[in-house]
Amino acid sequence: MSFLDATGMSGGYGTGPDIIHDCDLTVEAGEIAVVVGPNGAGKSTAMKGIFGMIHLREGKILFNDRDITALPPSDRVLEGMAFVPQNNNVFPSMSVEENLEMGAFIRTDNISSTITQVFELFPILKDKRKQMAGELSGGQRQQVAIGRALMTEPRLLMLDEPTAGVAPIVMQDLFKRIQDITASGVAVLMVEQNARQALAIADRGFVLVQGKNRFTDQGKGLLANPEVQRSFLGG
Amino acid sequence: MDFLNAIVLFCNFVLVPATTYGAQLALGALGITVIYRILRFANFAHSELMSWGAMLTLFMTWYLQSVGIHAGPLPTALLALPVGILGAIAMALTTERTVYRFYRKQRASSITFAIVSVGVMFVMAGLTRFMIGPGEQVMADGQRFLIKAVEFKRMTGLDEGLAIKTTQVITIAAAIAMAGFLFWFLYRTRSGKAMRAFSDNEDLALLSGINPDRIVAIAWILAAILATLSGTLYGLDKSYKPFVFMQLLLPIFASAIVGGIGQPVGAILGGFVIAYSEVLLTYAYRKFVTYLAPGDWKPEGLLQLLSTDYKFAISFIILVIVLLIRPTGIIRGKLL
Amino acid sequence: MKQKDLLYFAIFLIFLIGVGWLQSWNVAFGILNMCLISAIMALGVNIQWGYAGLFNAGIMGFTALGGLSAVLVSAKPVSEAWAAGGLGIIGSLVILGMTVSAILYVRMKIAPPLRTWSIIVVILPGYWLFQGFYSSAVEQIETINPALTGYLGGLGLPIITAWLIGGLVAAGGAWLIGRISLGLRADYLAIATLGISEIIIAIIKYEEWLTRGVKNVTGLPRPVPYEVNLIETQWLVNLAESLSANPVAMASLLVKFCYLMLFLGMLAILMWLSERALKSPWGRMMRAIRDNREAASAMGKDVTGRHLQTFVLGCAVCGIAGAMLVTLDGQLVPGSYTPLRYTFLIWVMVILGGSGNNWGSVLGGCIIWFVWIQAEPLGYALVEAVTFPFEEGYWLKGHLIENAAQTRLILMGGILLVVMRFAPKGLIPER
Repeated sequence: MSFLDATGMSGGYGTGPDIIHDCDLTVEAGEIAVVVGPNGAGKSTAMKGIFGMIHLREGKILFNDRDITALPPSDRVLEGMAFVPQNNNVFPSMSVEENLEMGAFIRTDNISSTITQVFELFPILKDKRKQMAGELSGGQRQQVAIGRALMTEPRLLMLDEPTAGVAPIVMQDLFKRIQDITASGVAVLMVEQNARQALAIADRGFVLVQGKNRFTDQGKGLLANPEVQRSFLGG
Repeated sequence: MDFLNAIVLFCNFVLVPATTYGAQLALGALGITVIYRILRFANFAHSELMSWGAMLTLFMTWYLQSVGIHAGPLPTALLALPVGILGAIAMALTTERTVYRFYRKQRASSITFAIVSVGVMFVMAGLTRFMIGPGEQVMADGQRFLIKAVEFKRMTGLDEGLAIKTTQVITIAAAIAMAGFLFWFLYRTRSGKAMRAFSDNEDLALLSGINPDRIVAIAWILAAILATLSGTLYGLDKSYKPFVFMQLLLPIFASAIVGGIGQPVGAILGGFVIAYSEVLLTYAYRKFVTYLAPGDWKPEGLLQLLSTDYKFAISFIILVIVLLIRPTGIIRGKLL
Repeated sequence: MKQKDLLYFAIFLIFLIGVGWLQSWNVAFGILNMCLISAIMALGVNIQWGYAGLFNAGIMGFTALGGLSAVLVSAKPVSEAWAAGGLGIIGSLVILGMTVSAILYVRMKIAPPLRTWSIIVVILPGYWLFQGFYSSAVEQIETINPALTGYLGGLGLPIITAWLIGGLVAAGGAWLIGRISLGLRADYLAIATLGISEIIIAIIKYEEWLTRGVKNVTGLPRPVPYEVNLIETQWLVNLAESLSANPVAMASLLVKFCYLMLFLGMLAILMWLSERALKSPWGRMMRAIRDNREAASAMGKDVTGRHLQTFVLGCAVCGIAGAMLVTLDGQLVPGSYTPLRYTFLIWVMVILGGSGNNWGSVLGGCIIWFVWIQAEPLGYALVEAVTFPFEEGYWLKGHLIENAAQTRLILMGGILLVVMRFAPKGLIPER
């Protein structure tokens, strides 16, 4: 039994057509799992399905040996999941520190140690903690977004294209931080456009095409797979 | 000496009344701003909520007066204020529960909300006028003046007197206290920060586990407190008349937009910009200039830029100018 | 129209006939005339809101412009006032026009850093000159026989022509205002138009040289016969005799009937035009823009331009209604224009009738005006019934009965809220 076990997910937005069909995703504790695939393959949709942000017509989600299929997103946060959306993932007119506080809104215990941990992980945020999140650069804003999600001390962190729109050098840095996060025992599930770099740090990779699983393997395995290389990694 | 007279004249007829009026407008505009930030619509019923809260305060004032409770030199209405605030909160939460929540769950457009608020405005206006009648009521009692013009003249030996009404001081002090409380609430408390988070990014606030119903309820409570306070202060300063509040809606909207819609600081700034413009543009400067001018020279005419009849129109003219030059308002807010 | 829609109108007529029987035919006709004017106002608002989704909260201002036109067209010119201050007023208006065009010229020609200062340099002497001509002229005009005139008067033309001119004046005002505010989002537009209408009312109220202000212009000439003249005619006396009716009531009824015919004619013309417009390619395009502004503008439609067109047309219709209203009243009472009555009540009509449907607006206008009038006695009856347990002379009872008329505001708000909630498409939905 895996840490996160989503099986047979089918569904879409509202009453619209299904975007993912019988899609499976699994993550083991403390590992990085990456979902890649062409545009419109349903990568983000699959992740939102796991977090309960869209209605799944079929499928079952087991998290930490519990069936969470019917829980609303806020209860999934209490179960130990955290989600970083691709866009609009910070509170722009609030300071970095306030963003982190809001991340921990559902916690009733003392959050200062968690804030310290986030600042250790992203030292730049400590320097800018009084600055408004909307004034930060794209990469820094992504750090705030991830930091906000970490405030609930999740055991599974889900990232929707964390490197979209940031410079390559910032992307490398972000990936390194994500590896640091897993080193502390948090499992990471992320959707990525930059497939090659993401798979390089992934323990496990999924290639989705048209809402279906096409390939599933270790990150290195997918990178080495000639068919994956040809179709999805640009040769 | 003439110079001092000119200054005192200016204070008496421009500075003090305009500051008082500005404080009232600022409080009203803050109420509009709070609702705009959280529910994202222009609340046409806000001025009637002011009227409702002020009316309840007035009822309680009459009751207190009838049983012989007074606040000494201060107006009795201050003691009655909590009752008015509670009544306004009850009214605001009732409209939220019975009217607005339905549209909120549907994620209706802001224009639908605005039209619905017109319905609420009708109902509130009808209720208020039915309960208190359309006539004019005096709200203020206690010591009317802090400084009387005659006393001021005697004390200073100047020709011009400076009269400061108790209500004017109370208005300004209450507005400062209320604005301070509001900013403390928004920037220092957990609920206040959650409100700002909700207004910044609703979806992310939901992801963070912030309960929208609670936030909206707090917004209405704040709006009700602000409305009752501004309505009561206006009533104390002038008098209570149900019809006036419909007319106040425009300068209040103008204050909220001119300052930068959705910005609390902007609402306060806008309130004062509108109030000072109204008073400065309709003040007749003849006497003021006579004091300052050398010798016995007297200007012809009143030296009044606009007739006082156009007082309410000025707020709108400023609104148009701001729309043309800087549509986001003085402090950049989200475009409505 | 479907059968159900006709049924609504039939029910309305039955109620109206009921009023005729139970109260008096004079009251019934009086209500019906106002219903038709309200229907035209609602039609104007529907053109803006129903066709294009524009939230105009300044209807009051445009009806008042129509009313003002009625005065300026039909009142007798006051030649002494013209002699005393006419030139001054014209001079000051010319200066005003020149100043405004100079400002616009400066705005176009001079680059930003100097622009503001240049504008101020233009405004100051312009204002000073204007004020000089204007204030003395106004003073002279207003001192001429202030009890009766004290204003310039009008053109002395038949008041019917004012219906057209009122529409044109309102359209002109709407064009100016639309240019400024139509680019804004919907609720911003509402606030902007609310403000404009207050300014228009302020001008009408306080520019006494133009409108006599709160002293009101009364006794405007009528397009229909006067009761006193009618009573003297033999055929009316005969008619009254043959119907065994009171000739005085008969005359008054006949006058109302004449108005009714005029109003019905105007409504028919406007209805025909509106329906044709709605069903034309232009109307389809307007609705397409309303339903998806982005898509329409992506297809190359000039959204703001189209909005300006509808805004102007709708305001013109409101202006016509305003002129008709003053015609019916025979006087202009600036103090009576309040947003609640002349803007938001019209909104209730449109929403109840059915946004986007012209027949719906007519129905809504009729029903709401009927209810607005009849709610007053109803309110009294209701409050009397509720306060029945209190003894006579108890202060609360007297107080509540005294204010019972205000309950109709609650009723109007209630209607608006109930319709928005349970039948947002209104009685006769758009199709």
